[in-house]
Amino acid sequence: MSTAPAAGKHELPRVHYLNIDYGIRSWLFTTDHKRIALLYLASISFFFVLGGLFATIIRLELLTPAGDLMESETYNKLFTMHGIAMIFFFLIPSVPAVLGNFLVPMMIGARDLAFPRINLLSWYIYTLGGLFTLFAMASGGVDTGWTFYTPYSSTYSNTHVMATALGVFILGFSSILTGFNFIITIHKMRAPGLTWFRLPLFIWAHYATSVIMILGTPVVAIAIALVGIERLFHVGIFDPALGGDPVLFQHLFWFYSHPAVYIMILPSMGVISEIVCCFSRKKIFGYPFVAFSSVAIALLGFLVWGHHMFVSSQSMYAGMVFSILSFLVAIPSAVKVFNWTATMYKGSVMYNAPMLYAMGFIGLFTMGGLTGLFLSTLATDVHLHDTYFVVAHFHYIMVGGAIMGYLGGIHFWWPKISGRLYPEGWARFSALVIFIGFNLTFFPQFVLGYLGMPRRYHAYPPEFQVLNVMSTAGASILAVGYAIPLVYLIWSLRYGLAAGPNPWGAKGLEWQTTSPPPTFNFPETPVVDEEAYEYYPMKEAEVV
Amino acid sequence: MTPDASPMLAGLAAALQAGVPIFPDQASSIARRVDLLYYFLTGVALFFSALIFSTVFYFAIKYRQRSPDERPLPIHGSLSLEILWSVVPLLLTMVMFFWGATLFYEIRTSPSDATTLYVVGKQWMWKIQHPEGQREINMLHVPVGHPVRLVMTSEDVIHSFFIPAFRIKMDVLPGRYTDLWFTATKPGTYHLFCAEYCGTKHSAMRGSVVVLEPADYQAWLTGAPAGETPEVAGARLFRQFNCHTCHEAGPTSRGPSLHEVYGKTVRLRTGETVAVDDAYLRESILLSNAKVVAGFEPVMPTYQGQISEEGVLHLLAYIKSLTREEGKGAQP
Amino acid sequence: MSEHSIALAHQFDDLEQQKEAAILGMWVFLVTEVMFFGGMFTGYTIYRFKYHEAFMAGSDHLDLLLGATNTVVLALSSLTMAMAVRSAQLGKRRALMSYLSLTLLLGSAFLVIKGVEYSHKFHQHLVPGPHFAFEGHDPQHAQLFFSFYFAMTGFHALHMIVGIGLLAVILWMSYKGRFNAEYHNPVEVSGLYWHFVDIVWIFLFPLLYLVGHHR
Repeated sequence: MSTAPAAGKHELPRVHYLNIDYGIRSWLFTTDHKRIALLYLASISFFFVLGGLFATIIRLELLTPAGDLMESETYNKLFTMHGIAMIFFFLIPSVPAVLGNFLVPMMIGARDLAFPRINLLSWYIYTLGGLFTLFAMASGGVDTGWTFYTPYSSTYSNTHVMATALGVFILGFSSILTGFNFIITIHKMRAPGLTWFRLPLFIWAHYATSVIMILGTPVVAIAIALVGIERLFHVGIFDPALGGDPVLFQHLFWFYSHPAVYIMILPSMGVISEIVCCFSRKKIFGYPFVAFSSVAIALLGFLVWGHHMFVSSQSMYAGMVFSILSFLVAIPSAVKVFNWTATMYKGSVMYNAPMLYAMGFIGLFTMGGLTGLFLSTLATDVHLHDTYFVVAHFHYIMVGGAIMGYLGGIHFWWPKISGRLYPEGWARFSALVIFIGFNLTFFPQFVLGYLGMPRRYHAYPPEFQVLNVMSTAGASILAVGYAIPLVYLIWSLRYGLAAGPNPWGAKGLEWQTTSPPPTFNFPETPVVDEEAYEYYPMKEAEVV
Repeated sequence: MTPDASPMLAGLAAALQAGVPIFPDQASSIARRVDLLYYFLTGVALFFSALIFSTVFYFAIKYRQRSPDERPLPIHGSLSLEILWSVVPLLLTMVMFFWGATLFYEIRTSPSDATTLYVVGKQWMWKIQHPEGQREINMLHVPVGHPVRLVMTSEDVIHSFFIPAFRIKMDVLPGRYTDLWFTATKPGTYHLFCAEYCGTKHSAMRGSVVVLEPADYQAWLTGAPAGETPEVAGARLFRQFNCHTCHEAGPTSRGPSLHEVYGKTVRLRTGETVAVDDAYLRESILLSNAKVVAGFEPVMPTYQGQISEEGVLHLLAYIKSLTREEGKGAQP
Repeated sequence: MSEHSIALAHQFDDLEQQKEAAILGMWVFLVTEVMFFGGMFTGYTIYRFKYHEAFMAGSDHLDLLLGATNTVVLALSSLTMAMAVRSAQLGKRRALMSYLSLTLLLGSAFLVIKGVEYSHKFHQHLVPGPHFAFEGHDPQHAQLFFSFYFAMTGFHALHMIVGIGLLAVILWMSYKGRFNAEYHNPVEVSGLYWHFVDIVWIFLFPLLYLVGHHR
């Protein structure tokens, strides 16, 4: 059963943040967090399409065992650029820079973030980093893998490593500024009555994410800077012939890049908490546990980077320490999954598209997380490291998890952002297509991994072909699934029904103002006098 | 959202019918044990995935909204449930950890009677040398039932030596030695892959591991053209590069004696002690004045660029032989 | 609605909230700076542990006198900066401008002395790269020392330059009368930044300059 949002006779408010001012200058010089969120939406969507294009070509090549669609060098550049575009320019900003920027002030009853101009600066820095990276891609590409391992990246590769490294280095500051802004805002600008334990879990998730952003990003910045220095001056920081240590790079790189994966998943988890509560009409089960699990993941996430290096010549005993810590960091994620599921118990479940994405997230993230255990386990990781098993694992989390959470959030808050409703039938259909396409693409890769097919292989032994064909078939379905929302979301901007302030009957301060909201969000600063997710008793006038 | 398993099962059936592998060979002493652990992990993963999928599915249907005026129960949480579903996963993961760590210890600790082969990886091939002198490129012949230890280094970037059928892998680094060991248990030919991205022809840096019955292996050994053994080659290099002019034992020698030195501990000029292992010897040849033995001056020239990685491995083999046979060593 | 003074930004409810946000903001930013320098300190520590003879030999070639002078110069500048902040808190515009100018002067002196040091190193062929020449028995690892020396003091100098630019802007703003006892957040926040850059140097100096024997 579904409940269509109360599609009464709503109209868009006369003046709101989108129509208060027109023209390109009003966008490029805005300090309104909501407009900045949309600037980010445009930029990251561009990189998503680019990264997706690279993935499509990769999967086409992998239809046949021989490397016959392109040269090895081209293939190596494609998987590198797929990773860089998707990780740095899409996934890391996605939920925080779009949904976070839009919603963090609104959810806490503020008029804007603490530092609106720094917010705009972060988008410009993102764009500058993006331009450098695009320049590197367009002028020949880079082939080091998104992981830039030395000494290949610092001494041997003759592709555009410096330009790409510079692009990523610059991008890091965008991330730092976003996280920085969220921390100050959440600490200092909550509405009266909004204590920490009344905050929406979306806020807790973004707070934890911001801590990771500010602690971790500078370290990868220095790792990349040192690669750049090495390439320019041949000093030998990572070159053993000159007394350096290539594994030092791996430590510095993964010290950030492991926490980075929590930057990519925690915000989506925050989205899931909001959606599951709204479409079960229930308070979250175990609020303090879900809130603290975000913090636990953020902190523990800094202690496990060596699990990427079990066979790197790292000592056996260091490996054991990292292994046991990696199991510990899995526990808070498991706690979240159980709590979301328990929230649905005796709830009043609605099947709107955001909820379909959320339920898909819960299942797929569970699978992705469980397959992570195979990699934390030392003896199996020896076999599975650098195979397609790892590729499948992280795509289950990043695509089956993070991206589905992102899309669920886009759909959930689309009425608030645009003032319009999207067509529900098409939304549910594409959620289903994405779910099916995704599983068909990535499940065979677990099998390929255990069989021993290594990552980053342009050509492979013939007995791996059937599974690769299945994977590519799935990818084509997945691509269709992603294309459909692009079409109907844009369509809805013009032809969608006006949504009204609260089409879902959701709790949360953002739903107490118009859709779209006015520039300063609230006519008067709201005062909070109830816990989060008080879905019962529902007052009569709440579903409008 | 319902988990739809039928497309996957259909594909699996087709693959099986076509005779396509979905599981690798078990061809080493450790493979079966790794697979057992893998089955356990798979079982746990399948159980919890099924649990979550089915519970979500079940709740979504059983508790679907039937009327917009429904009032769900105000359930806040349950401490006992939180404890349960924190402790149970914790216990399960600790089982995984201990099982994995103990098996890992065995995977990383080679038996003392293993035969040592040398592997040099370079963009984009594997060069392998047997102690009897045979050299192979991208092929590795080994006998069934006898432990083999590979001492490996790279000439350029980081590679990784991976034999899926044996369930073993180890990165191969420039400037350093890494090792792995295995005992092959099933004759056959198995894949050897490079598993660390190393540049253009990374996916071509493949080979074959040929496991032979002991008699067939002996036949191969005698049939394969054998060059010098590593120790003989090392002895030759030792004279060729005039190492003997400084490293002969004697009160006036300018360099420490290398007889019976491998495996011992020496004191350096700085006061620290260091173990004389492969890494130290290699460093002393290529970066000669980094760690000078106490009582000697830092006058040794560096052989960086003059001796290849294989040459270094040969010298190491020779120096090790000076420990086994007192005062004799291999003769060129 | 709360009172609005000219200095209150629209997203804040009152000056107190704005000030707290600014101070917390600078502290959070400084944490990121600690992580940034921390990466380099980590690398340096690892290599110094591995090759400490070479690192001591390299450190011997650093000019202890100039380094020590710079330490005194920076410490003094932190004092004048603290005095500047105090003046701002008391609403004393002339004193504020004087102390800011002194801080700027001392900061610039630091950079000049650093520049002299760098040029010495250049002439002594101690800049890593193709022209590096070290007379000692472990030139490769000595070069590693100098790489870290230039990377760490270089990034530090970059932060000094940014700091000087920042203070110049603050000086201009105080000249224009934009600060008073009630509102002077930019001064406080710049003070925090300046002290941080000073502290980084307090760590750099002994690590780089004082490991050698300096016979």
